[in-house]
Amino acid sequence: MKVLVPVKRVIDYNVKVRVKADGSGVDLANVKMSMNPFDEIAVEEAIRLKEAGVATEIVAVSIGVKQAQETLRTALAMGADRAILVVAADDVHQDIEPLAVAKILKGVIDAEEPGLVIAGKQAIDNDMNATGQMLAALLGWGQATFASELTVEGDHATVTREVDGGLQTIKVTLPAIVTADLRLNEPRYASLPNIMKAKKKPMEEKTAADYGVDVTPRLQVVGTAEPAARQAGEMVGSVDELVAKLKAAGAI
Amino acid sequence: MIDFTPSEDQLAFREMAEGFALNELRPNAIEWDEAKHFPTDVLAQAGALGLGAIYTRDDVGGSGLGRVDSVMIFEALAKGCPTIAAYISIHNMCCWMIDTYGTGDQRAAWCPKLATMDTLASYCLTEPGAGSDASALSTRAVKDGDDYLLTGQKQFISGAGTSDVYIVMARTGDAGPGGISAFLVEKDTPGLSFGANERKMGWNAQPTRTVNMDNMRVPAANMLGAEGKGFNIAMSGLNGGRINIAACSLGGAQAALDATVAYMRDRKAFGKALIAMPTLQFRLAEMATKVEVARTILWRAASSLDAKAPEATTLCAMAKQFVTDECFNVANDALQLHGGYGYLSEYGIEKIVRDLRVHQILEGTNEIMRLIVSRSVIAEN
Repeated sequence: MKVLVPVKRVIDYNVKVRVKADGSGVDLANVKMSMNPFDEIAVEEAIRLKEAGVATEIVAVSIGVKQAQETLRTALAMGADRAILVVAADDVHQDIEPLAVAKILKGVIDAEEPGLVIAGKQAIDNDMNATGQMLAALLGWGQATFASELTVEGDHATVTREVDGGLQTIKVTLPAIVTADLRLNEPRYASLPNIMKAKKKPMEEKTAADYGVDVTPRLQVVGTAEPAARQAGEMVGSVDELVAKLKAAGAI
Repeated sequence: MIDFTPSEDQLAFREMAEGFALNELRPNAIEWDEAKHFPTDVLAQAGALGLGAIYTRDDVGGSGLGRVDSVMIFEALAKGCPTIAAYISIHNMCCWMIDTYGTGDQRAAWCPKLATMDTLASYCLTEPGAGSDASALSTRAVKDGDDYLLTGQKQFISGAGTSDVYIVMARTGDAGPGGISAFLVEKDTPGLSFGANERKMGWNAQPTRTVNMDNMRVPAANMLGAEGKGFNIAMSGLNGGRINIAACSLGGAQAALDATVAYMRDRKAFGKALIAMPTLQFRLAEMATKVEVARTILWRAASSLDAKAPEATTLCAMAKQFVTDECFNVANDALQLHGGYGYLSEYGIEKIVRDLRVHQILEGTNEIMRLIVSRSVIAEN
């Protein structure tokens, strides 16, 4: 079974995010970019399926600027077999919206015909949490989102989902879309030899136009602001003083 | 033009090593230091990532990379813990020695398991009475049939007592460098014993012991390289060893500098953040400049070793002395800028200072580095 894993290039989770002076978004110039952590978990899960003899081939796909090929190299170094880069923007600040991504992915999937798609549940840059669901709708496939456990048997997958207040286990018929949550696995590091082997793995380059998708944004960003700075604390001398302060603040 | 831009591969190596360092080493580094714990399980994890044999050839399980790649990787590892990065670098040097000077059988027997770091190696050159003048070493290896009988003592041996294989330099011939041969010694060899784990200022997450040999019988087939070539092997290994240790100082200094900037952003005095104070900003600028200059000479020395350039030994000595001295100073400045908190172990800065201090002494003291450099300057003019 072929497994397809979409991966997104996002601002690295360790970077201290700064808003652009004009408030139009986050400054991405000269900032470290990495694979979306949830997508890393998706890649890891696909590799584990391959190691278990369930998956036969792993195809990583990234949609965005040309530099997303670095993200695909990471996926290849981890263990994906080949990669497809869909160039859909020139400017690193242009975010391709979930619907456009889902439409392009549908085009890729129509051509590749994978038996399973594992995606991250959301990207840590805009936190939309929409692409997997939209893709399932466009394809008319089943979806199992927020997966913390995945097993594939024959023509179906059993997925444990992290939902509010607990876990839910569902069975979906394949092909299906699974979106990975944080606890699905712990992604591996790419070893030095595998980083070098990744260079020799095939990477195909496409454009959004190849799939007939218009990526013009439908949403307009009205403003971007940094969270309010943390206020300075106050040292108290005793429990009584603490209680008095909390009462005065209306906290108790 | 000289291009200092790392390649896409080098960026990927560094990113992996840094991820490993920040997630697997840094969160435990202070605890390992306090408990004097040598984390062999974590070393095996590093081995699985190709970090145990970075510049060993790939036909015996090595990663087959160069020296510039290696110093970038050791710098990244040292951001998590200079002590562990330094041990990994010593292990790498041993694996490279067997790869470079070993017979086909020796390479096949040792390199694959050293590469995974399931088997660990130690390097035994220094003796109680022979440090900087290593060629005066007195451990004897006397031929006895198909074996050699080794007697003597090695001092300050990293990993000793835990490591599975020891590269031992011993005297098979006359006094002087030409009388020295190298041997591969397995841990369970009768006649081999170890001293107590030394109590020391830093580098506590790796054991340091004496290695004692008393009529220890080693098959002649375990000689590494030709008879009388031991000192050449030892010296050729040290060029790489020196830049690797320098890279470990660089990673420590960079981590200390990064932590200092973060601390100065948060810490307020006299009504404003330390980061806003011009005198302290100048101090940061000086630290950052030292780190960057250190990185530049380090890459240059590593590049000369990759190119097998005749000036490599001089450049490696320059780099070792400059980088380890200046990076110690940067770490010490970082401690100063942290004020009293820098002196507490919780912040991790005093550990970096303690760990980096020994880099000015080992792999040839920085006085010996100056001697090497001065000799080459004088010979050239």
